[in-house]
Amino acid sequence: MTLSEIISSILLISGAVFFLAGTLGLLRFPDVYTRLHALTKADNVGLGLMVVGLALQSESLAGVGKLLLIWLLVMLAGASVAHLIAKGALHRGISLWKR
Amino acid sequence: METLTVLTWIFDSLLAMGLLWLAWRCLTCPDLFNAIVLFVAFGLLMALAWVRLEALDVALAEAAIGAGLTGALLMAALAKLQSTKTNRDIAEKSEKNVTGVQLLQCVSIALLLLVAIGLGYAVLSLPAYAPGLSIEVSANLETSGVSNPVTAVLLNFRAYDTLLEMVVLLLALLGVWSLGGAIQQRETTPGPVLDTLSRVLVPVLILVTAYLLWVGAHAPGGAFQAGSVLGAAGVLLLLAGWRPRGAMMALPLRLILVAGLIVFLAIAIAIMMIERQLLEYWPAQAGVLILVLETAATISIGATLAALFLSRCPQVEEYK
Repeated sequence: MTLSEIISSILLISGAVFFLAGTLGLLRFPDVYTRLHALTKADNVGLGLMVVGLALQSESLAGVGKLLLIWLLVMLAGASVAHLIAKGALHRGISLWKR
Repeated sequence: METLTVLTWIFDSLLAMGLLWLAWRCLTCPDLFNAIVLFVAFGLLMALAWVRLEALDVALAEAAIGAGLTGALLMAALAKLQSTKTNRDIAEKSEKNVTGVQLLQCVSIALLLLVAIGLGYAVLSLPAYAPGLSIEVSANLETSGVSNPVTAVLLNFRAYDTLLEMVVLLLALLGVWSLGGAIQQRETTPGPVLDTLSRVLVPVLILVTAYLLWVGAHAPGGAFQAGSVLGAAGVLLLLAGWRPRGAMMALPLRLILVAGLIVFLAIAIAIMMIERQLLEYWPAQAGVLILVLETAATISIGATLAALFLSRCPQVEEYK
């Protein structure tokens, strides 16, 4: 196993941990706003780590470019859709969770 | 290597079980919104299953059309259902007739089981290795004008399949239009986020459309995948409040909708006039002809899918 393979594995596994944490947050958090918070953070960072991990294994620069593009597009879509869902929830009068 | 096979086996089993579970949840879910979300999730897992089966063309189509656009169409249909009162009447009527509904459910479950048993028998009675027509396809790939066998089959060897699919898509739109759209489309002003998102994403989607169309000649991609991405760009614009105006909705829109079919038929007829079979291209020109066909088809498919999302037949008189 070469050094880049080891680093890539570590990055992929830590990405998976972020996805697991995000899923746990989606299932366990009390209301739509906190769930969105859990999801978007996990998606951005988790996917970012995965993209870097996969980019280390990529054979060509074009492949790295495509992976980065996927990450940027998912971040753009994820952030925008999270905002839209939160706005929709506020419009419907779903109140914020209070302890 | 051994652990890797075990891991892929576990992954595939989880995927198959997840698909069955999602399908069951989707069908039995009483809330329509949840059912649509489950359907989209099912489509995404289905695309993953196609990737596992190494059918990347199908996976792309499933992700773009099955999960993405169909989900958007179902959401639009749900919004219409909720804005009419008739669904409440239907629900009341069906409550009165519970035994009839249950009987119908039993009969349909029995029929579905029969189909499943038949399909299972058919799959199990297949020979372990059946190449089908893949040997013939790869033997004739050189004369097809493209190097992606899927595109060669869809646009050359069995181009009439794609021709008929274009007709089906057009008929679907005509069906939706003829059902009429009594509901006025509201002109909505999008929030700044949706507005910016559409401004950034639509050019990217158009670029991806062109890429998928071009790459279809030698790698997974092609007219339907590219067309569905173009349709998604249209849906995003419609969601952001954009409405095509005036003269655009009259003849130009209709010409764009039928462009794919017209080009297909024109090429087919032209070829038949010169003493060849229907859509039997000359090997030297096949590549160019396929590209022309796919370009026209992509634009038509994209416009049709976006028009399906708009769902209402655009009335020319309104804009005069």
